[in-house]
Amino acid sequence: MGIDGYLIVSTLLFGIGVFGFMARRNAILMLISIELMFNAVNLSLVAFNAYLPPANNAGAVFALMIMAVAAAEVTVGLALVIAIIRTRQTSEVDQYSDLKE
Amino acid sequence: MVGGGLAVVTLRNIIHSAIAMMICFGSLAGMYALLGAPIVAAAQVLIYLGAISVLILFAIMLTQAGDANLPTPFHRQVPIAIVVTLAIIGLVGWAVVQTDWGLAAEAVSANVDAIAIALFTDFALPFEIISLLLLVAIIGAIYLARRPEEDERAN
Repeated sequence: MGIDGYLIVSTLLFGIGVFGFMARRNAILMLISIELMFNAVNLSLVAFNAYLPPANNAGAVFALMIMAVAAAEVTVGLALVIAIIRTRQTSEVDQYSDLKE
Repeated sequence: MVGGGLAVVTLRNIIHSAIAMMICFGSLAGMYALLGAPIVAAAQVLIYLGAISVLILFAIMLTQAGDANLPTPFHRQVPIAIVVTLAIIGLVGWAVVQTDWGLAAEAVSANVDAIAIALFTDFALPFEIISLLLLVAIIGAIYLARRPEEDERAN
């Protein structure tokens, strides 16, 4: 499998993440979809790093940094979601409509 | 792995979605190992499978108090979501297939020494900024997760 295969898998995974983010109603599942998109980008970075040798391993380093940023993001995101769910007693994003008027 | 990803967004029970997410992340770690990046594969297993999945499972179990089975897990903008998703996949996939990358035909494995040297020389400043970001994230999470009554007791 050449680089095309890895990039197509990465594209599919990113698309699945986009679909999950837009179509699901659960706030936690939206966060999971964001994680899927992070992983798709990571996969493409590592694939480019493997097939583009004179890049000073920038792809792998970037992938590690994206993992750290994703960990920070999911920590704060889950804390926010839990705080919202605790006050609103629901995890459906359709019902977070207080600012609607 | 793509099947695992599809299961994440289509399964009705959110705990099943989280398990499918773990399967997806685990096979991604295998893919990194295939690409000759063992350090990234190890970090994937440690961070995603070890930390983020457990965190998400904890959050699900904290929040889903019996109302896990809803009539429908999707909302009404599903058609728009499908159109946009297919557009993105089609566009990026077309770009991938059309582009002549002109790269090496074989994957070159990146050894750990080179990654470590790059991380601490060329990328030293982003590395330090990442540590600061993690500190800010810890403080923010602690502040957000604090219960209001504990707040009043502390005052």
